[in-house]
Amino acid sequence: MTQCLLEGNEAIARGAVYSGCRFFAGYPITPATSISNTMLQLLPPLGGICIQGEDEIASIGYCLGASMAGMKVMTATSGPGMSLYSENVSFAIGSEIPIVIVDVQRLGPSTGSATRGADGDIQFMQWGNSGGLPVIVLAPVDVKDCFVLTMHAFNLAEEYRCPVFVASNKEIGLTRESIDLDTVERPAIYTRAAPQEGKSFLPFGTPPGRMVPDFLPIGGETLVRQTSSTHGPNGYITVDPDEIGGIRQRLKDKLISNVDQYSYYEEYRKEAADTLLITYGVTARAARDLFHNQGADSRPFSLLVLKTLWPVPESLIQEKARAVKRVVMVEMNLGQYVREVERTLPDKDIEFFGQMNGKLITPGQIRKVIDHV
Amino acid sequence: MSSLLNTARPPAFCPGCAHDRIAKVLDKCFENMGLNGNQIAIISDIGCGGLFDTFFHTHAFHGLHGRALTYATGLKLARPELEVVVIMGDGGLGIGGAHLLGVCRRNLSLTLIILNNFNFGMTGGQYSSTTPPEAQVGSGFLNSLERPLDVCQVAASAGAPFVIRRSGMDKNLAEDMEKAIRFDGFSVMDIWGICPGRYQKQNKLTPQGIDEALANLPPAEGLVKENMRKEYGQAYRETASRQKASPVPLRIGKLFDPPEPGRREVVILGSAGQRIVTAGEILCLAGLTAGLKATQKNEYDITVLRGASNAEVILSSEEIGFTGIERPSVIAALGQEGVGRRRHLFESLKQETFILQADGVEIPDTDAMVRRVNFKGQGIKSSDWALASISLLAKLHRVISPEMLRSALEIRLKEQSLIASLELLDRVEMDNST
Repeated sequence: MTQCLLEGNEAIARGAVYSGCRFFAGYPITPATSISNTMLQLLPPLGGICIQGEDEIASIGYCLGASMAGMKVMTATSGPGMSLYSENVSFAIGSEIPIVIVDVQRLGPSTGSATRGADGDIQFMQWGNSGGLPVIVLAPVDVKDCFVLTMHAFNLAEEYRCPVFVASNKEIGLTRESIDLDTVERPAIYTRAAPQEGKSFLPFGTPPGRMVPDFLPIGGETLVRQTSSTHGPNGYITVDPDEIGGIRQRLKDKLISNVDQYSYYEEYRKEAADTLLITYGVTARAARDLFHNQGADSRPFSLLVLKTLWPVPESLIQEKARAVKRVVMVEMNLGQYVREVERTLPDKDIEFFGQMNGKLITPGQIRKVIDHV
Repeated sequence: MSSLLNTARPPAFCPGCAHDRIAKVLDKCFENMGLNGNQIAIISDIGCGGLFDTFFHTHAFHGLHGRALTYATGLKLARPELEVVVIMGDGGLGIGGAHLLGVCRRNLSLTLIILNNFNFGMTGGQYSSTTPPEAQVGSGFLNSLERPLDVCQVAASAGAPFVIRRSGMDKNLAEDMEKAIRFDGFSVMDIWGICPGRYQKQNKLTPQGIDEALANLPPAEGLVKENMRKEYGQAYRETASRQKASPVPLRIGKLFDPPEPGRREVVILGSAGQRIVTAGEILCLAGLTAGLKATQKNEYDITVLRGASNAEVILSSEEIGFTGIERPSVIAALGQEGVGRRRHLFESLKQETFILQADGVEIPDTDAMVRRVNFKGQGIKSSDWALASISLLAKLHRVISPEMLRSALEIRLKEQSLIASLELLDRVEMDNST
């Protein structure tokens, strides 16, 4: 066995390159900058492109242009940059442009604390865009997740033609960790589907039985139209309410109805536990420690670590909570994902603990919440 | 070659709109150049000019207001062979100002055609970045208080090597447009025209009036000599091809046995500039040489050579979960700012915690075992104290051994800094004074 020492941000960059990402654009921001730095080392020697935009709006704009040219693209930022990405995130949702967006979260609101962690953008990633349609958000726990979930993020962006967020955190992105890269299980890499030979092509037409349009690049033989305006299958503006409504419904259904296919999680079961602890991100590390050190005198609990946060993996959460009366939700904010858990588990007692002071939630703090009756 | 105009979707501009003529000129220009539709991408954004992409049988990309240049940049970098023509109005010019400066400085081979008609036609004739102060527009008195932007001067001073200003009625517009598109670099065309639907309602602008106004402005006739240089995409590809392949992450196997069993937690408290984070990384690497798992959580401020800098390193034979440290095996107290940040850490320490306290740094009262070290007296400068501290740990066979550290230094450092660090490891000593 050998080990490497990587920080989370570097692992994300390497996961992206492994997935076939050859275009990266970003704007410097703590604590996300080392993703950009790593991409700048990795991509040019591979014939790829890594550039620094004049701002975050430009950076994501470059990515959308390159994605429509057929490249796998990624950008990375933190809260203030996420705010600037908003208009183009909406564009990528509505116009089905594959892109991976990394949010290395820092303590907000606003410029907040550049070098302190939080999971304060969890609802923002889903809802910080116009139109209110779903996106995919994956949340890594450690360096290994940064590497592997980034590959899943690319696969999902390609398969569903949508923006996929990686919800990292300063405490993951800038934390170094040992990892045995050679034994990490890596998913098969998927690339957006081109239309079958000889089949007619419409830029937003879905083949029978499919919910995602085939893709041809702008710049290829066949003319391709891309537009942020409300469009029909041909990529021209439409005013037909049935067509408009149908496409919006499809944009929602293609992600929501398939979430069971990509509900990533870790589960730790304890016999006779009446409590299920649910958490995600870096907080899961404290939760895992606590799970493995459950003393005879403390209240037993099972643990569910969610790695797909959006769309909410409702059936997964319901199934894992079936045997318990009580659910404890712990997250590094003042109560965001707990809303989804409450909505998903209306008949359970839900308790919440959150903290937003720049410090990690400790195993001892979680212990107190779990033992509290 | 024939027209690329989309006969099924003819231009739908107000009668007399300058955009209508410019669309036809653009088509003529494509025809003169002998281009097929799939050799061209038209990038547009919001406003009446945003309809352009629908009128042509070309690749098309229509996006958000003012952002057309950003999409075009990504597309052109990915597809250098494509002719990328960007259509923006004076509205997009204002909202996308930073992007205009960016592309001028970069010099990627895009053509920007600005349909400059001095107001926001679509939303009701509000003033834009080019509206004259004396014009009557849909923004009350606001435009009278601002100066219009001369985009040609801005573009030239930002580095655009091809900048041209013309009336939309100009007889030779197709020839000039062809020059702009053929130009191998970023080219800007500022084309002035009449907006009959809005601007013209309250302002009697005529083609002659436009010609007279243009004559009073500094000329913009195409090539800007002082800005001539290699096209960005080509320069990027050439420079990128000379970059050395990045090494794969170094695999470190177990070479040594750790001096202490189980889990060891080390907190290094110092100040920016003391290379605290580097020392933490070397400590992790030393752990890896003994087959241990490692994590390093850092805490520092946004300032670079000022402020606290702390590193928390865990080395363990078991998987590491929580990366924070509450009961450290070792604390190196090397800077007052770092100690100040973690004062509470000292409160509950027991005898089993070993503290290396640099002379001159105060620490709170504690039950831990404290050893003071006079780094200064040993001629060690502050930026080496963190490295000196882990060297002392190695010499004391706490957490790491000298072999582990030597191996880690050889992995992480090179040449002079490696030699200096190995020499530091040799000479640093615990003082006998405490």
